[in-house]
Amino acid sequence: MWKWLHPYANPEVSYHFAGRVLPWFSALAALLLAIGLVWALAFAPADYQQGDSFRIFYLHVPAASLSMGIYLGMAIAAFTSMVWQFKLADASAAAMAPVGAVFTAIALITGAAWGKPMWGTWWIWDARLTSELILLFLYLGVMALHSAFEDKNLAGKAAGILTLVGVINLPIIKYSVEWWNTLHQGSTVSKMGKPSMSIEMLWPFLFCFLGFVMLVTAVICIRFRSEILARNSIRPWVKTLVAAENK
Amino acid sequence: MQFDSFSAFLDMGGYGFYVWLSFGVSAALILALIFSSILGHKRVIKNIAIRQQREDKLRQVRKNRKNNSINSAQEVAQ
Repeated sequence: MWKWLHPYANPEVSYHFAGRVLPWFSALAALLLAIGLVWALAFAPADYQQGDSFRIFYLHVPAASLSMGIYLGMAIAAFTSMVWQFKLADASAAAMAPVGAVFTAIALITGAAWGKPMWGTWWIWDARLTSELILLFLYLGVMALHSAFEDKNLAGKAAGILTLVGVINLPIIKYSVEWWNTLHQGSTVSKMGKPSMSIEMLWPFLFCFLGFVMLVTAVICIRFRSEILARNSIRPWVKTLVAAENK
Repeated sequence: MQFDSFSAFLDMGGYGFYVWLSFGVSAALILALIFSSILGHKRVIKNIAIRQQREDKLRQVRKNRKNNSINSAQEVAQ
């Protein structure tokens, strides 16, 4: 049943596959984000309570959910690499960490810029904000471990352990607004059931969200390819590829 | 269109600073990520090529040295 997956365990096949899908993800990201961001900034209605500051939502929420989604992906990759000694999984985890860190930073910064006019403060040490900040530090720690060892297998193992220990932070972020009293509002686009949001706001949000998902996938493809090359530099196929690129 | 004029669009109902700060910083971070990823890919390829050249040169030097020592040994024998 899973036989179609086997060829992708080969670094060379995966390298070329990521290269083939990259232009599609890039084009989709550009298209969806162009539509979604213009819609969000100029055409979506202002919120009846928050006015036009609500437009930050279209960046903040996709960035925040992606910061957690990428971490989950990284954790699955780390687990796969640890249990099945699957080396490509380390390469993909190393590719995801910097992307996740950037989106966590965006979630924190847009959150601060939204919090100042709405709550009256840039920052507060409550559960949601603090756990998201810890997520940023986890990403930075994972990135540091990946580059701390000359031996990439050892680096992947160390970073993988930190990644898996840090998974405990994900449910804490997700449920922090329910478990503790906080300034942070509950979720608007609820995952289960009907979203408590008007359709004119939901559509631009979906475009932005999908656009960011495509963008993240495209950037991860680029970084994944670099990681594969760096980890397989002595293989003959990499040598021929590098020789062809430098002509 | 929700705004009557371009200046109203920039003003964002009084929240202009916060909205444009969010969009500006996010755009800058994402562009930096994209460019660093593309440059990183080129750097990896370049580094592998440099190491490749160094290894080729070393191999050539070793081969020449071996040939020279064989030649000199033959000269001594003659």
